[in-house]
Amino acid sequence: MFAVEDLSAAYGPVKALNGVSFTADRGQVTAVLGANGAGKTTLLRTVSGLVRSTAGSVTLDGKDITRTATEKLTSYGLSHVPEGRGVIAELTVVENLRLGGLHRATGSEPMPIERIFELFPRLGERREATAHMLSGGERQMLVIGRALMARPTVLLLDEPSLGLAPRVVAQIFDLLRGLVQNEHLTVVLVEQNARSALSIADHGVVLNLGKVVASAPAAELAADEQLRHAYLGF
Amino acid sequence: MQQFLDTTLGGLVLGAVYAAFALALCLIWRSTRIVNFAQAAMAMVTTYIALSLINVDVPYWVAFLAAIAAGFMLGALVERLIIRPVEGKADLNAVILTLGLFMVLHGLTALVFGVQHRGFPAPVSTSAIEVGDTSIGITPFGVLTIVIVAVVMAGLVVLFRFTDLGLRMRASAFNGEVSRLLGVRVGRMLTLGWALAAAVGAVAGLLIAGGDLVNPAFMDPFVIYGFIAAVLGGLDSPIGSVIGGLILGLSLSYVTGYVGEHLAPLVALGILMLVLLVRPSGLFAAAAARRV
Ligand SMILES: Nc1ncnc2c1ncn2[C@@H]1O[C@H](COP(=O)(O)OP(=O)(O)OP(=O)(O)O)[C@@H](O)[C@H]1O
Ligand SMILES: [Mg+2]
Repeated sequence: MFAVEDLSAAYGPVKALNGVSFTADRGQVTAVLGANGAGKTTLLRTVSGLVRSTAGSVTLDGKDITRTATEKLTSYGLSHVPEGRGVIAELTVVENLRLGGLHRATGSEPMPIERIFELFPRLGERREATAHMLSGGERQMLVIGRALMARPTVLLLDEPSLGLAPRVVAQIFDLLRGLVQNEHLTVVLVEQNARSALSIADHGVVLNLGKVVASAPAAELAADEQLRHAYLGF
Repeated sequence: MQQFLDTTLGGLVLGAVYAAFALALCLIWRSTRIVNFAQAAMAMVTTYIALSLINVDVPYWVAFLAAIAAGFMLGALVERLIIRPVEGKADLNAVILTLGLFMVLHGLTALVFGVQHRGFPAPVSTSAIEVGDTSIGITPFGVLTIVIVAVVMAGLVVLFRFTDLGLRMRASAFNGEVSRLLGVRVGRMLTLGWALAAAVGAVAGLLIAGGDLVNPAFMDPFVIYGFIAAVLGGLDSPIGSVIGGLILGLSLSYVTGYVGEHLAPLVALGILMLVLLVRPSGLFAAAAARRV
């Protein structure tokens, strides 16, 4: 189980994260929702140590990983796919994937690159392409595939749907759903696109101004009209 | 015809040295976006280390390797102690620091070794090779220079293209944050990049010094020529730096051979201006589309 407890962070005087707590269970998708500037990206970046936490803790299967050096997290089984599709544009598809497998979870078996190409056949066709030549959807597949190369138990995804056509979003979300079931992953899915995210999530956490304003099973959130209007925009 | 052959061969040797030096600049530029103006002074220091060893009868090749090792450590130290503290600040800060380092190394070397010229030995002959009864415009040391630079280059290609370490180094240079999220120790990779660059610079210094005279200023022209070669090929591209070095070496050799030595710096400057006007990213820069 992945647990965030009372986590806070600030950019100078701006408190971007104010005592956030939630848990994400194995084999489930936990959606973290909220409007622009709600603090979703800050939450993931604080978990990864890219932003320093001012209070609170992060635990992974009972192990305290608060303020662990960013570089160590993949070896603990935590992979973070950042906002804006962080492909390394100058490297090829295969090189991006190889890189993802260099520092995998301690004690895990290497992931054969071919497995990623089975999941994303489109990437297999473009294996020698430099990543800057890929389409937005292909890039999203590449960063998810690259994260999987590290054999994570927890996958943090920051707005994978950003700027993608609805069909591509549906395709990627379907794939995620499948991964969670087959690999028993814990997925924390940060999204502004609340409707799509809730359609594949088990649980939902709603942030506003750096605070949790709701945390409930996904179906319940989707059914709460008032909450939807106030925070989720649909 | 004979003269053409001679100037071409001379140009290739000169170009190989520029290439090595440009490569060192390129390695640092790629990993930290800094033009290291201290590169020449660092190579001068490591050359003096080799000379000191040779003067106490250490065999040439042992001194050669020791200088490379010293370059490696010097590069790592400079990155850790001088560059790292200003990381994330304006790039100009680091560049000015490298200029300062250039002056400090100059001053220290002059203080320790004096400013007089000293002879630096070569491991093989430095007189022109004779074919039949005509001598051609290349020396055994010239041939050795080309071979050594080619080996260094091949080594770097293997490192960057085919090894996991090279992949980590390239990834760190292109996108530090993403690399960290993937578990790469980016700080170490940057230190290693500087160390490697300074080692390559040390090789260039040793090859320039071989069979010639050294004083604390002997590498100074290379601040400019190495930079021109690197810009010519595209500071971002190692292969480009090498080709840029060869083009510059050949051009300068032809100008010196056919027109006159005094024109060489002017021509070098002309080439630089032309490239900056026509293709500021260099002749061989990848059609970079970063962060699209
Ligand atoms: N580097 C930064 N420096 C200063 N303030 C920042 C920085 N990054 C984010 N903020 C502020 O922190 C708050 C939370 O931002 P954050 O990026 O976490 O929101 P978000 O929920 O991810 O939004 P979006 O949906 O637009 O990605 C915002 O008020 C934002 O302006
Ligand atoms: Mg965000």
